Amino acid sequence: MSALLDIEDLEVTFGRTAAVRGASLRVETGETHCLVGESGCGKSVTALAVMNLLARGGHRSAKRMSFAGTDLLSLPDRDMARIRGNRMSMIFQEPMTSLNPAFTVGSQMAEVLTRHKGASRAEALERAVELMGRVGITAPDMRLGQFPHQLSGGLRQRVMIAMALMCDPQLLVADEPTTALDVTVQAQILRLLASLKREFGLSILLITHDLGIVARVADRVSVMYAGEVVERAPTAQLFSAPQHPYTRGLLSCVPAPGKVRRDRPLGSIPGTVPMIPPGFAGCAFRSRCAHAIEICEHEIPRKSAGAAHDYLCRLMPRELEPQPA
Amino acid sequence: MSAPLVVVQAAQTTRVGKTGFAVGIVIVSVIAAAALIGNALVPADPFVQDLGNRLKPPFWMEGTQPEHPLGTDQLGRDYLARLIYGARISLLIGIMTVITSGLIGITLGVVGGFFGGRVDDVVLFAITTRLSIPVVLVALAVVGLMGSGLGLVVATLGLLLWDRFAVVARATTMQVRTLDYVSAAWCAGASTRHILMKEILPNIASHLAVVATLEMALAILLEAALSFLGLGVPPPLPSWGLMIAEGKDYMFFSAWVIFIPGAALFTLVLGINLVGDGLRNLLGTERLR
Repeated sequence: MSALLDIEDLEVTFGRTAAVRGASLRVETGETHCLVGESGCGKSVTALAVMNLLARGGHRSAKRMSFAGTDLLSLPDRDMARIRGNRMSMIFQEPMTSLNPAFTVGSQMAEVLTRHKGASRAEALERAVELMGRVGITAPDMRLGQFPHQLSGGLRQRVMIAMALMCDPQLLVADEPTTALDVTVQAQILRLLASLKREFGLSILLITHDLGIVARVADRVSVMYAGEVVERAPTAQLFSAPQHPYTRGLLSCVPAPGKVRRDRPLGSIPGTVPMIPPGFAGCAFRSRCAHAIEICEHEIPRKSAGAAHDYLCRLMPRELEPQPA
Repeated sequence: MSAPLVVVQAAQTTRVGKTGFAVGIVIVSVIAAAALIGNALVPADPFVQDLGNRLKPPFWMEGTQPEHPLGTDQLGRDYLARLIYGARISLLIGIMTVITSGLIGITLGVVGGFFGGRVDDVVLFAITTRLSIPVVLVALAVVGLMGSGLGLVVATLGLLLWDRFAVVARATTMQVRTLDYVSAAWCAGASTRHILMKEILPNIASHLAVVATLEMALAILLEAALSFLGLGVPPPLPSWGLMIAEGKDYMFFSAWVIFIPGAALFTLVLGINLVGDGLRNLLGTERLR
């Protein structure tokens, strides 16, 4: 397998604040790659940096950032606009606000295809109907002429997904696509994404903070903390043998039926994601880590824990074992 | 417990607002219809003088003439015909001014709000400069220096009344620019032009429509004021402001000479403002989402 999206040492800064600090990420062709972490860890910023759509004042730099062999760093804006929505598209967290309220669903979907492929409006509308059917929207012909406010949240997210697929993209970036939806719709959307991945040979970069989703759909996982990818592993391995204390902390926060004991509180990680000042060195998690010792203030080497599994922590695995209470 | 109260209040506001909106629309469309086709219905010519029939009173007073339902002015011209022709002038000035000032203000505001930074600084400076200029004074000076005329009045008012358009367009653009559907459009590879024309403009249009009604009413009043001062529309064109000005010498003996154009002006401005209020209630900020 070759890497479809290959990012090495991505740095994103907003003025003096570093939002992403040397994150590396590889999304292979045809895989679902999950980017996990708390709010404010730089997950969405990473995705926007790939799209080159950082908010005003944002600056990105990286050792390498390539998409299907194209170097994204040196790509002119015009060419990047040609990739966006065409070979790489994105869906958002908030389906209620992600569609332009002033135009019908059909015209917004058709617009994407006419823009990138120069298709006629009739062809584009035909494709829109086809894709709406594919993403499980009933009566797509009727939906075509409707405005976004006439659709429910789940329907709008399906429309967003269909719109993202209009040009047959290679990569779909999904930024918490199910967070705003209720659980049943959430399951439907995840199932839909999984089947679309198989059918269209799509790679998906799924940004989420929900480990339940990760366990269900991800092939590989990158755990982000304070702008760094602190652990990368295939999904099964991450859940069975998490290495980084942050990953362990995240996993202990998830209640699993049968494992939770009523007399014990559910796991939690004390504190919140810190602001990283310029010139910060060492492990960013040390202020919240129960195992932190002095050496955590120094540069942390990336350690390997088996094939395709590495993490950023100085501590030996045995030092991380939970202390007997 | 407070939630239901709020709902009731909102419902009441909309009911009152809806009545006002309907009244406003009726007023404006009646006046617009009169301006468009009124001259065909009223046989009299607004420019033909008849000095033997000066200051004939309107139909509700003694000594009226059936062929002049609203009487005649100091030169014996038919007042109804002049009033209808004046409606045409008022609406024309209102609409043309709004188009001119709207183009200037919306362009400046949207560009400033969208691009921000230096561009926005320039736009803000322009807005501040414009706000520090007294409209009536400059309009008087320009018209006084360059002579009066319909085109000049429109140009002067259009070049002066764009500030509210710019302020509202700038603020709403800033709001809309950060919304998800704009980001989504960027992600779908849209061009800056597309974002401005299709994502931003249609979604701030409701706010601009409200501003347009207010500016139109203001422009009509200003034209009347300028014409009253003899610096607006030149005679013999029948502008409502000019009719009031020409009638002011007779107001003590024939009060209707200034009452009729005054009432017309009041009704039109009221109607436009009611439409504006109604629009604001109907297309509240909810539409932004």
